[in-house]
Amino acid sequence: MATDIKLFNSNDENAWCPGCGNFGILNSLKKAFSELDLLPHQILISSGIGQAAKTPHYINVNGFNGLHGRSLPPALGAKIANKDLKILVTSGDGDTYGEGGNHFIHNIRRNLDITHLVHDNQIYGLTKGQGSPTTAKGQVTTMQLDGVRVDPFNPLATAITMGATFVARSFSGDVNHLAHLIQEGMKHEGYALIDILQPCVTFNKVNTFKWYKDRIYKLDENYDPTNKMEAYKKANEWGDEGIPIGILYRNEDATSFVDRIPHLRDGKPLVDREWKPLDAKKFMEDFR
Amino acid sequence: MRYNILIGGSAGQGMDTFSVLLEKILKRKGYYVFSNKDYMSRVRGGHNFIQIRFSTEPVYSYDDELDIIIGFDQNTVNFHSDKLKENGVFLCDENVKWEDNRTITIPMLKIAKEIGHARVFGTVGMGAVLKILGMSDSKVDEVFETKWEKETSESNKEAFKRGYHYVESRFESKEGTAENTILINGNQAIALGAIAGGVSFYSAYPMTPSTSIMTYISSKETEANLVVEQAEDEIAAINMAIGASFTGVRTMTGTSGGGFSLMTEALGLAGITEIPLVVANVQRPGPATGLPTRTEQSDLSFILTASHGEIPRMVLAVKDPEDAFYQTVRALNIADKYQMLVIILNDQYLADATQTVDEFNFDNLSIDRHIATASDIDLENYKRYEVTESGITPRVILGKIEGLTVIADSDEHTEEGHITESSEVRIEQMQKRMKRMDLLREELIEPDYFGDEDPETLLIGWGSMYGGLREATELLQKDGHKVGSLVFGDIYPLPTNLLEQYSKSVKTIVNVEQNYTGQLAKLIRQETGIHCEKNILKYDGRQLYAKEIYSRIKEEVL
Repeated sequence: MATDIKLFNSNDENAWCPGCGNFGILNSLKKAFSELDLLPHQILISSGIGQAAKTPHYINVNGFNGLHGRSLPPALGAKIANKDLKILVTSGDGDTYGEGGNHFIHNIRRNLDITHLVHDNQIYGLTKGQGSPTTAKGQVTTMQLDGVRVDPFNPLATAITMGATFVARSFSGDVNHLAHLIQEGMKHEGYALIDILQPCVTFNKVNTFKWYKDRIYKLDENYDPTNKMEAYKKANEWGDEGIPIGILYRNEDATSFVDRIPHLRDGKPLVDREWKPLDAKKFMEDFR
Repeated sequence: MRYNILIGGSAGQGMDTFSVLLEKILKRKGYYVFSNKDYMSRVRGGHNFIQIRFSTEPVYSYDDELDIIIGFDQNTVNFHSDKLKENGVFLCDENVKWEDNRTITIPMLKIAKEIGHARVFGTVGMGAVLKILGMSDSKVDEVFETKWEKETSESNKEAFKRGYHYVESRFESKEGTAENTILINGNQAIALGAIAGGVSFYSAYPMTPSTSIMTYISSKETEANLVVEQAEDEIAAINMAIGASFTGVRTMTGTSGGGFSLMTEALGLAGITEIPLVVANVQRPGPATGLPTRTEQSDLSFILTASHGEIPRMVLAVKDPEDAFYQTVRALNIADKYQMLVIILNDQYLADATQTVDEFNFDNLSIDRHIATASDIDLENYKRYEVTESGITPRVILGKIEGLTVIADSDEHTEEGHITESSEVRIEQMQKRMKRMDLLREELIEPDYFGDEDPETLLIGWGSMYGGLREATELLQKDGHKVGSLVFGDIYPLPTNLLEQYSKSVKTIVNVEQNYTGQLAKLIRQETGIHCEKNILKYDGRQLYAKEIYSRIKEEVL
């Protein structure tokens, strides 16, 4: 069973550079939605600002393209408002780990049932090539002419440490792999983080398609994603020693955010709530 | 008959409980009650005080000529004893000393320990207060029984009795006759208005003095089937609210000045995406951390343009708890009707001031969502930001209509919601959004006017200044002055009919505000060219009260 993938085509003109890794991610999303037998109106993608954050325009689903760094809070509001929606977040490394770092940390604590795709090209693209939170220390950029002075942020290790329940990495150059991870993330009942390695063909001359291709390797069937300590080790593998892609960590026993609120878990979606002003009259007793 | 009581002590001594119970007993005895809190930003120690004013007639403000002071700490003597009337009573435990013939010392703690619970010492004092006031002990038992479990309630009843019989009556109190009233503060009224008005999702970050809105709504979460989320910061709080509103539920957020500053970027987001949103800002003195637990009306100028760029907005200030309740419901309906931002201004004084008001009328309230369904729209050609004559485009609930998706964008966007840099589209969409400022003219409520029919002096205020101005105007009129007051609730767009009418005939216009720069006066001049010749301003964090306004008008204006 699959819905027609063409249903997800948008007629908006695309502003990405030719050869951008975002195209692979976009194709993976459509493939995943189609294979999950979903229809466009059942899905909402929330994003912040950046090249990655334009994704909702280039795919026909509901979209909320909000403020820089603020892709997660509207997703939370939307999920509480309508728990039946399938909600994803697509934003870049700067948006998610820099400007939106606080929301990233606290939404891991919530275990909100959304799938979070971070288009991680290790550079600021839209603002033309400054170092991002994941740019390697020492890398020369259009802004850091003597090299980046600070250590890179490790999103996967942070997520695992914070208790994230689904932590994965993929590569924009492997549509099948990524589409599979998106599907797994969407099936996961809780917060699913997928950090996606993605070349920026215009501004990142270090982490090129070839650079990633030469270093990534897929976690095999013998890897146990329920072993948190092992996952932490894998999250710290990087660079010339190899970069693991796949589901690093998965915990299906944790309760998702919506399920932590009994009346929301057991009731209708809030958007279908029936309520009249008179229903609140009884609360006046508190003040007699 | 009107009495003023002050309770002073340090944080952690149970003054709040004392005050809440005493207010409730007085209210149930049929009196009109008004109480306000003055507390420091600390959990233990310091010096806090609560003033309770009650009467057989409605009361709108506080007064500092005191009939009774209850002193739980020595600072109460140092700070407040000069306000005690000649025939007043200073009531205290043995640990507080004041050599004055008005002092009545009761061994409150000793009696409490005899009963077996040191914590009931305050209740001993409460018994004494009622006796001193010449009142019976009616309503006391029922109030205690609703407050506490049986055992605690019994100890408190005993403590009350012991205090009651320890002293003699000093005053006479007429029977109270107020019926069908409730006792509620400004923030609780906003919270109850939010619940009645159909808020399904409220997200906020705790910040004094706005927190009690969130606390009250949260206490009804299950019963009312709504969700309250304590966000990681105010930026998250408002963006969550916008996301939930976009998805189709009625939402609201609330904060105080500093948190509001953090929210400003998202105000513009709500504006450009035409998403209904109500934000309550419970003001406190700034700048930065300012005076966290005190009051001011100094966010008005900021709020009128907060957020970069230009968006339509409505700003209204609440005047008392009753107004706060109805205005919150109204704000929610206006936000949905015009798909826009409505900001409710409150302040610490009103947020924490408890007042007896008529029971709220829920029967005539409505929740008007203005949501389009599949049958209302042309599915093939639906565009979320289609340019219409009114500027308002039908809004659907996403996810409910197969074959229909909606996209909202913080960038300037086409009618479909996609990013654009087209000059023509920009102009069309700006005009579409800003048309709301004209449409809102239909909704505006003129300011309240009270005082002389043909005034020579016009006092102008807004929001919480209502109570003080009302009493001050009466006092000035009693002295034979031809004075009237205009108190604004709706502030922006500014309703100008009454203002222009009175300004033509009066000799002097005086703005009375709780800030340094006279922010309402500036707005009035900006919008109408009308100039306030004099001003009464205060910015020490303590509310202007009726007698203070009265004396300053006499000294500085008349």
